[in-house]
Amino acid sequence: MSPALAAALQLALVVAVLAVLYVPLGDHMARTYTSRTHLRVERIGYRMVRVDPDADQSWKAYAASVLAFTLVSILGLYLLQRVQGVLPLSNGLAGVSPSVAFNTAISFATNTNWQSYVPETTMGHLTQMIGLTVQNFLSASVGMAVAVALIRGIVAVRGGGLGNFWVDLTRGVVRILLPLSIIVAIILLTQGVIMSLHTSFTATGLDGSTSAYALAPVASQEAIKELGTNGGGVLNTNSAHPFENPTPLSNVVEVIALLLIPVCLTRTFGTMVRDRRQGTVLLAVMGALWAAQLAVGLWAESSPHGVAAQAAGAMLEGKEVRFGIPSSVLFAVSTTGTSTGAVNSMHDSYTGLGGGGLLLNMLFGEIAPGGVGSGLFGILVLAVIAVFVGGLLVGRTPEYLGKKIGRREITMAALSILVMPALVLICTAVAVVLPSTSGALGNSGDPGTPGAIHGFSEVLYAFASAANNNGSAFAGITVTNDFFQIALGLAMLLGRLLPIVFILALAGSLAEQTPTPASTGTLPTRGVQFGVLLVGVVILVAALTFFPALALGPIAEALV
Amino acid sequence: MTPSTGAGPTLTTERPEPTPDSGIAAGPTPERTPAGVFRPRQLLEALPGAVHKLDPRHQARNPVMFVVLVGSVVTTVLAVLQPSAFAWAVAVWLWFTVLFANLAESVAEGRGKAQAATLRKAKQDTVAHRQTPTGIEEVPGSALTVGDLVVVEAGQVIPGDGDIVEGIATVDESAITGESAPVVRESGGDRSAVTGGTTALSDRIVVRITAEPGESFVDRMIALVEGAARQKTPNEIALNILLAALTIIFLLAVVAIGPMGAAAGQLQDPIRLIALLVCLIPTTIGALLSAIGIAGMDRLVQHNVLAMSGRAVEAAGDIDVLLMDKTGTITYGNRRATELHAVGAVSAEELAAAARLSSLADETPEGRSIVEMVTERFHLAAQASPAERRAELIPFTAQTRMSGVDVDGTRIRKGASGSVLAWVQEHGGSQRADAAAIATQATDLADAIGARGGTPLVVADLRTSTGQARILGVIELSDVVKPGIAQRFAELREMGIRTVMVTGDNPRTAAAIAREAGVDDVLAEATPEDKLALIRREQQGGRLVAMTGDGTNDAPALAQADVGVAMNTGTAAAKEAGNMVDLDSDPTKLIDVVRIGKQLLITRGALTTFSLANDLAKYFAILPALFSGIYPQLDALNVMRLASPASAILSAVIFNALVIIALVPLALRGVRYRATTASRLLSRNLLLSGVGGVIVPFVGIWLIDLLVRLVPGIG
Repeated sequence: MSPALAAALQLALVVAVLAVLYVPLGDHMARTYTSRTHLRVERIGYRMVRVDPDADQSWKAYAASVLAFTLVSILGLYLLQRVQGVLPLSNGLAGVSPSVAFNTAISFATNTNWQSYVPETTMGHLTQMIGLTVQNFLSASVGMAVAVALIRGIVAVRGGGLGNFWVDLTRGVVRILLPLSIIVAIILLTQGVIMSLHTSFTATGLDGSTSAYALAPVASQEAIKELGTNGGGVLNTNSAHPFENPTPLSNVVEVIALLLIPVCLTRTFGTMVRDRRQGTVLLAVMGALWAAQLAVGLWAESSPHGVAAQAAGAMLEGKEVRFGIPSSVLFAVSTTGTSTGAVNSMHDSYTGLGGGGLLLNMLFGEIAPGGVGSGLFGILVLAVIAVFVGGLLVGRTPEYLGKKIGRREITMAALSILVMPALVLICTAVAVVLPSTSGALGNSGDPGTPGAIHGFSEVLYAFASAANNNGSAFAGITVTNDFFQIALGLAMLLGRLLPIVFILALAGSLAEQTPTPASTGTLPTRGVQFGVLLVGVVILVAALTFFPALALGPIAEALV
Repeated sequence: MTPSTGAGPTLTTERPEPTPDSGIAAGPTPERTPAGVFRPRQLLEALPGAVHKLDPRHQARNPVMFVVLVGSVVTTVLAVLQPSAFAWAVAVWLWFTVLFANLAESVAEGRGKAQAATLRKAKQDTVAHRQTPTGIEEVPGSALTVGDLVVVEAGQVIPGDGDIVEGIATVDESAITGESAPVVRESGGDRSAVTGGTTALSDRIVVRITAEPGESFVDRMIALVEGAARQKTPNEIALNILLAALTIIFLLAVVAIGPMGAAAGQLQDPIRLIALLVCLIPTTIGALLSAIGIAGMDRLVQHNVLAMSGRAVEAAGDIDVLLMDKTGTITYGNRRATELHAVGAVSAEELAAAARLSSLADETPEGRSIVEMVTERFHLAAQASPAERRAELIPFTAQTRMSGVDVDGTRIRKGASGSVLAWVQEHGGSQRADAAAIATQATDLADAIGARGGTPLVVADLRTSTGQARILGVIELSDVVKPGIAQRFAELREMGIRTVMVTGDNPRTAAAIAREAGVDDVLAEATPEDKLALIRREQQGGRLVAMTGDGTNDAPALAQADVGVAMNTGTAAAKEAGNMVDLDSDPTKLIDVVRIGKQLLITRGALTTFSLANDLAKYFAILPALFSGIYPQLDALNVMRLASPASAILSAVIFNALVIIALVPLALRGVRYRATTASRLLSRNLLLSGVGGVIVPFVGIWLIDLLVRLVPGIG
């Protein structure tokens, strides 16, 4: 099979599986979040934490629950890492250092999974299993809960609540993430993904030297790593490691898994607002951006620059030969378009244009198709902005799905959009002038040299990844000094929680309104026209905000 | 049923019959500056006002322009410290940017000033004759308070807003409405309101003052047209928030260039960064936003509508349901003759001649409509001949319920069928052979007409030669739908607005007229309570409702409606309850109000889109200028091939300033609005302001650079 054909078949398989699962999974999720009945296991959980599952929460109560839950998660995860040395299944590893534990606790509780550590030599099995993996489920479920709360705000009639966070959190885990994870984990096991409580085995190489290979309970965590768009690998090289991602088929399964829930949530949205085409439009926008990024990435990585690459016929540095260029780019575009951050190739080694594309994919605000839940609420906020401008253009107070976009709504939408650029730009600007930074960069050099440009891109990428809760890295950068640990930690924390609070406030003020029935005078938000407008807004907002920064990094690199 | 019975108020005593499309094409009255006309001289006239507005306290109200002002100050200081042609050029053009924004606002305000001056003349202090228990005392008009009773005689200026409690007078309201034809105002009923500053032309009236000094209609009008009372509307506030957020984003993006550029090895000249910032933040819409709002109110005033708040104007653009009275809005204010039915052996010509003769001297609208119809259909003379003018008019009274003429030995009567039939019987009609059959025929005809919602007028004559009265036939009066109204409703439907006809008629008649007029829904046999209930019901469904009204009865509904347009002829209560007053008292004006409301939002949206789309070209102009020193490859972004970094930056700044002035006329006139679906509107406006907004600055900056590069020290 020729590489091009293989690539086309893989791509077709990804799209076909998503297409088949779109309706059933989307509707299953809609049912999950609208059903009035509780499973027995859920009831036990509610009773244990003393929550009334039938209480409807206001936006403030919902937001307070999210904040409290996330902060407690961070604290718990921090403590677990610090004391892992005295707990069983620690693989003989000592407690994690405070700065790494701080950064990692925030990282996993905010669905970022930025890893400033080498997992094999830092985290014991117990920390991985009851700490990181548990947070992979919970943080993903929090994202979905917030998205669902926003949908409820949209469909609510005059003063309805946003639902109950604890119920949404529980159901997301029990009814969606756990069943899917079990299925995906079993498929991955068949492909050879390992699942072991041993710490390592030793093998003798052809040259007679012996090396130790780390073992871990990978398959169980690998499934939720992709499904929850988490991305934190059990093994340092993440999905490039043969134990995490052994075959082209496992690669396709992982790509499907990380796209699955964000894509199907648009169906959930359409079903819950009782207008399926509203969801289709959002999916089309996500799909168009994803496809465009994929096309540019494939072209950039297949057009070799430099002697070595031309000799190899492609930009293969930093990519697994068993995957080749198309599967690497497919994975990379999907992982940066969702908030996953898992990698099967080193993004640092991409071309200026290819790497810049991955960076831009995050700077869009991760909506192509975005993280679980966060992709949907992210694009809904951009839709609110698009509706606002479009609504003015048709001469009516802007309305989205019957709800007017007035002062409070636009304030909350604008604030939530403001957070990410502010974090990325401020943190990057501070980082690049700190003398300590140049020592942390994988690439550096005199000003104006390609090394200096790439070093800048690494910093920009790191903060874009953190503030968007992606978690992937331009791996060249070493982020273990205190500045990066703290700054990236705060970027992840604020990049996650501030937009969530603003979005829940937006949901709250939408919920207070009586819906206005649509007429021919209302801006239609279910057709091609609105899709084009929304794509325009997404690109314009990102381009206008980050053009200077991108010009100093990837654009300067690409134009050399 | 009497001929003058019709649902709703009739306006006939005050104004000539409106022409079919009056109000639809209501043009500006001559003494006002016509909307949409913009003379460059206005800019010059507005200059002093614009300079005055440089006050930072004024600028702080507009976050976008405040940033420009701060940038101008900083650039000027830098230019003084380190003078260069570039620094001074940027500083000067930044000041121009601020000034142009102020200029736009001043021009918009200036247009209301002329009108305010006219109104002030009307407000000049008058002497009021206040009734006191002891007699009448003379006090200044400004001393009157609510509840005072004042006497106004012919030729005197009415000293304050109020209701006539005694008497009837013709009033010249031209000071306020610009309409020179006097109107009749009388105590009781729905036409008792008078406005301070208007002049009583006849008779003597007693007026109860209803407005405190300083809060009169004229005071409010002056405040409105001058823009002093202008408060930001909800959508304007929301847009301001979005613009502020964008300004913050751009501020961050530009400030970050400092350290990022420094790390890359090039310290950035602060003037260049300020120039980039000013170019990026949405100055075009920021500069024109308040001018658009003022011009919108002004456009309403040009249409002779006074909005009590900008909020109401915006709400007009959002209207989902339009409640319209049938009479006067959808149909002519009065029933008109539409058919002649001769009975027995009488020919149609004979009936027409009698109908004409009996109506020649009849000045009621019904009478005039009869003359019009017979002259048109039977080619009879519209004017009375000298002989006919000698005819003695028998006026309609509530007792006789018929009217007629006596001329040259012939007596003609027309009126309610019962009365006329009785008159025929009395005058020997029953002696005729076929009398009973003809009477039955006439009664049947009259009943049939009544059943289809018309009004029958039976015509009979009595010739002295025969001495026997006879029934000639029946004139059918019915509601006539104004021509073109169906098309207006079709337009409204396309805009997404549902029209509801409100009438006191029975459901069957109402339905027939509704079908003909093309309204979407009917509220028949409507009482004021029904109207209020309908509005509440629609609002509970999330819809915005507009209505017009003039009676005290209408006041609760006017207050409940999201947009309530009170007719100026209406009562003080109605005018108080509504949030707009139509000085022309033309109910179809609501359609224009909707149009103006939409236009206001579209103009803001279009300029916002244009402003943001412009940024792309500005990046392409300025970024290579900033960085190509250190990264020569970035010169590839200089797609306009601008001559030098200095000329590129300066050209972008100049373009940014000039585009404000270039768009002032558009901001004042408003973007052209055509009634069509939102989808088509969006496509058109996105193409114009979005795609156009991307392309125009590329061309503009390139052209300006061709000139700027010639300046020594820049190019």
